[in-house]
Amino acid sequence: MGAFSYFPQTEEDIRIMLERIGVSSLDDLYADVPAEYIYKGEYDLPSAMSEQQVRDFFEGLAAKNSRLKVFVGQGAYDHYVPSVIPYITSRSEFLTAYTPYQCEISQGTLRYIFEWQSMICRLTGLACSNASMYDGPTAAAEAMRMCVASTKKRNSVIVSARLLPHVIDTIRTYAKYAGIHVVVTDKVAEEVAEGVLDLAGVIVPSINRFGIIESHLGLAELVHGMGALLVEYCDPSALAVVKTPAEWGADIAVGDGQSLGIPLCFGGPYVGFMACTESLMRKLPGRIVGQTTDASGKRCYVLTLQAREQHIRREKATSNICSNESLMALWCTVYLSLMGPDGMRKLNALCYEGSHYLHDALLATGKFGRVFDGEFLKEFCLKPLCNVEKLQQALLDAGFFAALQTEEGYVTFCVTEKHTREELDRIVEIVKSVK
Amino acid sequence: MSKIAEGLLYSESHEWVKVDGNVAIIGVSDFAQGEMGDITYVEMPDVDDEVSAGDDFGALESVKTSSELVAPVSGKVVARNDELEDRPELINEDAYEAWIIKVEMSDKAELDALLNAASYAEIAK
Amino acid sequence: MKYYDKLIFELSKPGRTGYSLPAAACPSETSGCAGPLPSDDGPLPLTVPRVARFPKGSCCQAADSVVWRESKLDLPEVSEVDVVRHYTNLSQMNFGVDTGFYPLGSCTMKYNPKINEEIANMPAFAGLHPLQPEHMVKGALEVYVGMDRALAAITGMKHFTFLPCAGAHGELTGLMLMREYHMSRGDTARTKVIVPDSAHGTNPASAAVCGLDIVVVKSKEDGLVDVEALKPLLGPDIAGIMLTNPNTLGLFERDIKQISELVHECGGLLYYDGANMNPLLGMVRPGDMGFDIMHLNLHKTFSTPHGGGGPGSGPVGVSDKVVPFLHIPHTSGFHGNFGVILRAYAYILMLGRENVKMAGKLATLGANYIKESLKGCYKLPIPTVCKHEFVFDGLLEDNGVTTLDVAKRLLDYGFHAPTIYFPLLFHQAIMIEPTETESLETLDAFIDVMRKIAVEARTDPEMLHAAPHNTPIGRPDETTAARQPVLKA
Repeated sequence: MGAFSYFPQTEEDIRIMLERIGVSSLDDLYADVPAEYIYKGEYDLPSAMSEQQVRDFFEGLAAKNSRLKVFVGQGAYDHYVPSVIPYITSRSEFLTAYTPYQCEISQGTLRYIFEWQSMICRLTGLACSNASMYDGPTAAAEAMRMCVASTKKRNSVIVSARLLPHVIDTIRTYAKYAGIHVVVTDKVAEEVAEGVLDLAGVIVPSINRFGIIESHLGLAELVHGMGALLVEYCDPSALAVVKTPAEWGADIAVGDGQSLGIPLCFGGPYVGFMACTESLMRKLPGRIVGQTTDASGKRCYVLTLQAREQHIRREKATSNICSNESLMALWCTVYLSLMGPDGMRKLNALCYEGSHYLHDALLATGKFGRVFDGEFLKEFCLKPLCNVEKLQQALLDAGFFAALQTEEGYVTFCVTEKHTREELDRIVEIVKSVK
Repeated sequence: MSKIAEGLLYSESHEWVKVDGNVAIIGVSDFAQGEMGDITYVEMPDVDDEVSAGDDFGALESVKTSSELVAPVSGKVVARNDELEDRPELINEDAYEAWIIKVEMSDKAELDALLNAASYAEIAK
Repeated sequence: MKYYDKLIFELSKPGRTGYSLPAAACPSETSGCAGPLPSDDGPLPLTVPRVARFPKGSCCQAADSVVWRESKLDLPEVSEVDVVRHYTNLSQMNFGVDTGFYPLGSCTMKYNPKINEEIANMPAFAGLHPLQPEHMVKGALEVYVGMDRALAAITGMKHFTFLPCAGAHGELTGLMLMREYHMSRGDTARTKVIVPDSAHGTNPASAAVCGLDIVVVKSKEDGLVDVEALKPLLGPDIAGIMLTNPNTLGLFERDIKQISELVHECGGLLYYDGANMNPLLGMVRPGDMGFDIMHLNLHKTFSTPHGGGGPGSGPVGVSDKVVPFLHIPHTSGFHGNFGVILRAYAYILMLGRENVKMAGKLATLGANYIKESLKGCYKLPIPTVCKHEFVFDGLLEDNGVTTLDVAKRLLDYGFHAPTIYFPLLFHQAIMIEPTETESLETLDAFIDVMRKIAVEARTDPEMLHAAPHNTPIGRPDETTAARQPVLKA
């Protein structure tokens, strides 16, 4: 064995340790493993690389990716990432810690999770938040499970077809094996009113996959009247300006924290959030941080309400989740601290203005038709009147990822504060040139 | 040494039953609360819910553990001790005072399967 | 570590900001937009003059007047320097692998190489949108192909899905695959999964979430699955068995061959819980032991940082017969935690085919060294050779000092505590896993402190009951936290 920087044992160290254990070789430590299972072949892996070689290797891979200006959202939004965030989140005290089991030496993690929970409550208007979930789609699936668990002997969930497709797919996957009956529909209110016999919950988007801010006026009353719970899937960045789940009367709010300063990173890691009303607090899945005091009266934070969780309840737990996306929650918490109420409002105003500018300018080219008339914030859909493939290719050639087709006859655009007037005008020029 | 109240019936899963006509008043034994430690939450069914003997009807939670509450008899829940919602510690303070639910029994014969104080004392050690 | 008592909200002062945004690119004058989002912090206008912007026969009606937020958004108003100092202060109350030894059993707290972080943060990866066309993300796709091949080589499985974001998420995905396999054969009666009593709590919980019933198989005195107890459980209703090998006691299930044959004979599949894969890294491949489905914890075995509880990554590998179903469960949003997968790939390339052979062995060496060094002071219920971790059942001498006391006292000495009160088979379990990245000197220092604590337990048990003494806070009142939950500021 040659020296390897992650293994500190010298030959001499190994000898001393083997001697203490009372065996003569490292292989002796595997005497309990049937010999036929000791792998004797050569592992089909590349030869060990030096750090420089690893760097070169990944730079080579990176060069095979095209760096595009992103004008598509669909659940992953290209917002600016303030430099403070990676600086803080790469501090190894945060980065290399485990789940905060030993609270006496984990107050840093526990405190920022408490802040995250507080901020999620403030964004959604709801009373309780957990310490975060894997991502938005899994949070939506867990919300579905929570609806079923919180309502007695009810097993059906109505899901809006206007949720993002990857959210619906994840919900369907979780439902399939748990035997939960999912109805995906464009007409949520009508479906609810029709009276599904064992309706446990209804899941709707705050802003739908076409970018339209939905009105859920009267929906909560209707859903509650059926004895079911209302779940809103939200973009937390937009919640600074659009009506909150609490204002719509929702019981549970879920969504993806990616829009709060997390890089696109090809889809992950992101972070799911989940908030609920006080009465559902003990049905929340996952970790929850609570405030308390230590023996000397100092304010401190602990993992709490753990009796809901898998390590205690095992098969009777509310969920099998035992981690969260703690570091990504820190990412969002730092972001929201930097932005404050004023920054979040201005950010949304920039997105609104930019997206409406592009929307109007694209319509003016005559290459698109309008498909929706609802209010939108940063993402919108148009009906292309030109060849979509040619349009997309022309945009890609100019370095723009835009006009993603959501389905036949619909393309989507998204504008954030990162995008300049020049870029928007350039897109319009390209569109004009497409035959 | 845990306390075992005389005159009550007990289940092997440490619930006690006090019979009041057709109604069973149900709680957990002093032994059970001692095993749990500080009880932090009592999960209870709603009034009018049906419970069946041998099935869970709720749970006790403490900081590091939880324990299912098993119905000793079947029937309809006619009352629950809402005071426990805010003060679960009442069970720690006096397990025989802090009843959890009252059930209108559908089959009084189920009481025959329960233990008397002396037999329960054999288990609660 | 010093105590710092502030929440970010408590630093807030109206008018302060920590953001830096560009001036409007498309102000309302140029776009004809009437500026629907006012700059003051009052409620948003109830009507947005969209019609004004589309004067000529626009099909767009006045916007829905009810969609804007009514309540004031109460976020902290702090400057950039406030934010940096606040979170730096918070970080200084935290213990990580970079702070010191972290022998947390079943968590594999190995060193997190720094090159991995740089790779994951490369803009050509971090800036990729998940829906970009495939020909524009060839480099990212090669990462998946390369990882699939590397993990298959290491585990003996055929292919992997990278959607799961954590170990428990991998278990759930793997069990879904187990169900797909049976359903594809019309074998719908297989709704039970066997789990040993020593299993991680996630195993039964994942099975329940997947709609499976749990059947518990007991362990023998020696901590291994009781094959005789397993036999009568097997039948046409069994979907499979979930095993951690080595198990949560750090013991290799040496009857694995027989277990594998029995389960397969009854028509079930074998699921491998990869939480304890580290000692097998470079030594034993789960695929060779007959496992059909497994997950790996990239944040354990493959060195990616735990991040205070995530993000992790729990790719699921399958054998030939399960490959056809691998694409079916859509258990997370896009392509899994790509940033974590990148880090793990960098680690594997550093290890290479040469160093990988030492990883598991050195992890096992460290665990046995600690076990043998401390068995004179701590009760060792199962004395046989362990793998990457082992379990003590409290102190040898009974001074009323609990495992919790020992764990808390370790914090005073600058070590993270082991996993405690798990597995549930023992009342005072202390589960120690050192990993291969710890030097002999570090292990010796830990051993010295554990011995010292055993002496303190004899001479000053009261002091141990009150430990820790040198940490930013003392033991918290967890009962009040759970009885009257305060979950937000």
